[in-house]
Amino acid sequence: MSNSLRHRNHKLSMEARRAWMSQLARADGARLATLWEAADLTPQFELLRAPEIGAVMARGRAGGDGAAFNLGEATATRCSVRLESGEEGHAYALGRDKRKARLSALCDALMQTDASTHVRERILAPLVAEESARRDDDARKAAATKVEFFTMTRGDD
Amino acid sequence: MYVATKGGENAIAAAHRQLAEERRGDTAVAELSPAQIREQLALSVARCMAEGSLYDPDLAALAIKQSRGDLIEAIFLLRAYRTTLPRFGYANPIETGAMAVFRRVSATFKDIPGGQILGPTFDYTHRLLDFTLAAEGEPPRADRAPAPQLTPPPHVLALLDKDNLMEANPAPIDGETPPDLTRQPLDFPANRALRLQSLARGDEGFLLSLAYSTQRGYGNNHPFVGELRIGAVAVEMEIPELGFSIEIGEITVTECETVNQFKGSKTEPPQFTRGYGLTFGHQERKAISMALVDRALRWAELGEDSSCAPGQDVEFVLSHCDNIQATGFLEHIKLPHYVDFQSELELVRRMRAEIAASREAAE
Repeated sequence: MSNSLRHRNHKLSMEARRAWMSQLARADGARLATLWEAADLTPQFELLRAPEIGAVMARGRAGGDGAAFNLGEATATRCSVRLESGEEGHAYALGRDKRKARLSALCDALMQTDASTHVRERILAPLVAEESARRDDDARKAAATKVEFFTMTRGDD
Repeated sequence: MYVATKGGENAIAAAHRQLAEERRGDTAVAELSPAQIREQLALSVARCMAEGSLYDPDLAALAIKQSRGDLIEAIFLLRAYRTTLPRFGYANPIETGAMAVFRRVSATFKDIPGGQILGPTFDYTHRLLDFTLAAEGEPPRADRAPAPQLTPPPHVLALLDKDNLMEANPAPIDGETPPDLTRQPLDFPANRALRLQSLARGDEGFLLSLAYSTQRGYGNNHPFVGELRIGAVAVEMEIPELGFSIEIGEITVTECETVNQFKGSKTEPPQFTRGYGLTFGHQERKAISMALVDRALRWAELGEDSSCAPGQDVEFVLSHCDNIQATGFLEHIKLPHYVDFQSELELVRRMRAEIAASREAAE
């Protein structure tokens, strides 16, 4: 690993990494695979942890903001990779999509390399845009069912 | 005691082949795919995930197909599957205040910040069978309206909180680990966290009946639905390899907060108190039922008198709300009990003989 790379790795803000890992975790697996194919990336890597399916216990809070309680489990898949150049990538996502976990871990690793711009433009940016459009449409559908109350004036005062 | 019996292997194998054929039904009718169940029987899927205590719409849909639509059987399949999974960890508590709501109503306030959003509801339908659904055709498209605000609407009960008219939620204690039913068996006394976990996976029908009984007077529960909200929330978990949390995905949940009148106690002034319901998926009836039962079970901590109603009896409620435990114990009595019954038969015959003998001796 070169010094400049080391330096850049060091500078990587946790917040940025948190954002792209979360974006990848929320992605539709088939869509991610399509974007990955189109991005034409062929990194050399080894699997530190082959895609593995397990469960995560989801929690709620009594009254919405009180003491935590265990709500129930959700299936999840995780995967860890190491690129030939040394960067490690990790993925945790709900569901049982092993291909998605592997591709997400690869994207996480590549985001720490010179390929980050390419990954951002070809994979993350479309995911962000599509998610934003979906959320907007969901919000517009919800807004269409919002109750408009009509008030009636009664009496003189 | 029930003992393994030999000799039934061929009959069992044939019965299971017949089950497979019956499950498929008339082959002239198109086969149902799990994806169709997931998309078009979404509320069945939600119930299976909640009571199976495993969020995975595809697996729940598969379980419904496999169980021929018997939801308790499907829940059983999910519970069995989840025991095979390694536990990656505990997620951070979901933030229902940040929910992307698609339905959100309050029965206590008309004008609430963010408004009353009806969403895809059965409310206000006429409950008349719609024969157009039996004919093929395109469904009408949902309306769209400008959505001015992207900020999630605030919790309605927070409005009452401000005036101290509403009981405050006990603040979370840092580092406090809630008990986990999947790790330790149910034990009493059960704190509220354990009760809520148990109710969240409890049988909808059982909780509905209990909640109804408390409304009718067996437990003195007169709640309003302060807020019912349904939508997507992010699930965050700390990644052990990295030491920080990421979103690992989104789940749909239903949350219900009830407002109950409270006359006050020696230590508390008259105010409103809360019941809380939270379930996986879109499950209004379950969430409301859960909130009513949660509130009924809180009588002791609020210093109320118990009327010894079923809905106020924590051991009764928690010991019987799990439909997999219930059905396991109930349905096992149809399995071979030849030896047990033989011993009872012997016993009854002996008692009858003894009585006959004593009568003869008396004569």
